[in-house]
Amino acid sequence: MTKTMPLWEVFIRPRNGLSHKHVGSLHASDKTMAINAARDVYTRRGEGTSIWVIPSTLITASDPSKDEENFEPSENKIYRHPTFYDIPDDIGHM
Amino acid sequence: MSKILTKALLELADDHLILGHRLSEWCGHAPLLEEDLALPNMGLDLIGTARSLYTYACQVEDKNKSEDDFAFLRNEREYVNCLLVERPNFNFAHTILKQLYFSVFMELYWAAALNSDDEMLVGIAGKAKKEMAYHVRHSGEWTVRLGDGTSVSNEKMLQAVNALHLYTNELFINTENSDTYISKNILPDRTSFKANWQKKIKTIFKQAFITYPNNNDELLGGRVGLHGEELGHLLASMQSVHRLHPGAQW
Repeated sequence: MTKTMPLWEVFIRPRNGLSHKHVGSLHASDKTMAINAARDVYTRRGEGTSIWVIPSTLITASDPSKDEENFEPSENKIYRHPTFYDIPDDIGHM
Repeated sequence: MSKILTKALLELADDHLILGHRLSEWCGHAPLLEEDLALPNMGLDLIGTARSLYTYACQVEDKNKSEDDFAFLRNEREYVNCLLVERPNFNFAHTILKQLYFSVFMELYWAAALNSDDEMLVGIAGKAKKEMAYHVRHSGEWTVRLGDGTSVSNEKMLQAVNALHLYTNELFINTENSDTYISKNILPDRTSFKANWQKKIKTIFKQAFITYPNNNDELLGGRVGLHGEELGHLLASMQSVHRLHPGAQW
């Protein structure tokens, strides 16, 4: 099935005008059918105002075996979070 | 406004309810998860339109009646849907072709109904026309994919055309009940859509490597309650809950 009906990743732009967000994937023979299927599968409850689909094979992902070198170095750099500043009362909630 | 308009509205409403129910039969059985959602989704569009039409028919004829009376308490002979919509799903190709034939017709019909002098129908048409536009897109794209797919899928589309094309002529026939309201500019004239319907179907068939049938074979009878035995099975299944629990509320 993956040969004639490859996998597509679906991105929907929510009503509130934010950017397109990944919502899931589906099988379809080509881009037209993928858009139709995305409409049927992922926008049944009024979720979106725009749909993007992209062949899953076109996505380059980070290597899970390299999680340590990719993500751990940032975990001990807490000073990158903006929690070391005194926020004036006038600013209110930030 | 009278019983005659109710009868004319029932022709439209029954087409939508029966085809909607046929589509719902795919729930849990479709060849792909994507279609398992898409087909019942479209079924719900059709049943929604049927509900609006039945409710309007109640207002016209008898305010004590409800949409449920029309849907669940009439027998086969009282149903006036065209034969096309009651044909069994059989396989995916049959289902797609049936949907294409019907939705291309209804998109033209609702577009014309937007110019009706009846406000209620204009309202129903406005909503339904958008839904039909998607049904045409969905079934049209699938027709091309199946016709221009493998030798097996092409063969199944050709078999579907052989089995279903003779039911399409009934879509273009006005009944005596609707005639009265066509001249009053309330209902559209079904005969007026034939040329555009054929043009659209032929365009899609050409892309799908399907030959448009040249014969004039036709099967009629649905509008006067003469149905195939399959409608009885459909009604038995659709009406069983309501008949077991009369008046039950959701």
